[in-house]
Amino acid sequence: MTPPEPEHRTRLPVFVDTDAPPDAPARLLHDFTPALIDVGAHHLCPGCGEPIAMRSMVEQVDELGEVSRAIAVFGIGCYTAYSNNLDIEVLQALHGRAPSLATGVKRCRPDTLVFTVQGDGDMVNEGLQEVLHTAARGENVTCFMLNNGVFGETGGHMTAATVLGQRTKNTLEGRDAARHGHPIRLAELVAALDGAAYVARGAVNNAVNITRTNRMIKDAFRTQREGLGFSFVEILTMCPTGWFVDTVDAPGYLDSALAATHRPGVLKDARKGLEFRTPAPKGSTT
Amino acid sequence: MTDSLGTLVIDTEACKGCELCIDACPPRVLRMTTDQVNERGYRYPRLLPGCIACKACTAICPDFVFQVYRYEQPQTHEAGA
Repeated sequence: MTPPEPEHRTRLPVFVDTDAPPDAPARLLHDFTPALIDVGAHHLCPGCGEPIAMRSMVEQVDELGEVSRAIAVFGIGCYTAYSNNLDIEVLQALHGRAPSLATGVKRCRPDTLVFTVQGDGDMVNEGLQEVLHTAARGENVTCFMLNNGVFGETGGHMTAATVLGQRTKNTLEGRDAARHGHPIRLAELVAALDGAAYVARGAVNNAVNITRTNRMIKDAFRTQREGLGFSFVEILTMCPTGWFVDTVDAPGYLDSALAATHRPGVLKDARKGLEFRTPAPKGSTT
Repeated sequence: MTDSLGTLVIDTEACKGCELCIDACPPRVLRMTTDQVNERGYRYPRLLPGCIACKACTAICPDFVFQVYRYEQPQTHEAGA
């Protein structure tokens, strides 16, 4: 007599049909691509965090009803070609110069919602003085920095924001302070300037952080709309290709490596009277 | 038997197989295929019963492969392994 099959062999997964909308009455909560992304398909690597961050930006533009007044200024990076997928006005700046171009646009057209999209290589390496001077002047624009700690587009080498120990194409043993110097924490630099009205750092490595980042982006836009001064949101994004980690491990790596140096949170918020103070060192009790 | 509050439509051809949705799903009802790939050669997620229509998968997906539906009445599906 044949013994009965073990239960784990008889109970194979029964998948739900996901090829077509359900037959039972149901409400569509989310369509494939957000309203302001024309084409979902893009050239970016599997597991890239940049489309998630850019989707957050355009969703907030849409939710605030600023679609017809929004003008984005893109820097140079992997995300640059993504501007073709967006259904908003986009200007292309020289490498690192987006905050200055945004300044010009905003001064000529004060009724617009102007924001820059830049990477850490573009903003911290190529155009550090542009963003610092724009913040110090208190220009009424918003700058977004997608921080993944590598120059993704030009081969994956180290940027000034690469954290200590992080492997990149030219720091294969990990970034070493004695040899390569220390990372620049840009959000803290910007927050220390008097012209900055809103400064925050978010991440897109899980659903909770994405929700928090959405709120930061919306608050930055509100700061600009109310004419309070410069607003800045740094967004930590995954780059599994540049980090030499599996796509599925990248959110965890972001938490343990990048977020340990570039710590997420709202650093300064003029609308709510939150002043910037230097964050306590990691492990301190105060 | 498992109740589903919602369901998905998955554009498997748009998927690049990054698996971010698998860990992002709170009820853990997404599984990557093991022996099936799309035209570009990437594995893609499939849905087990038990979806709660929380939109976490679509929030994390870099390739916008999900459409999320909430049932007007919870639907009972045969439970998976």
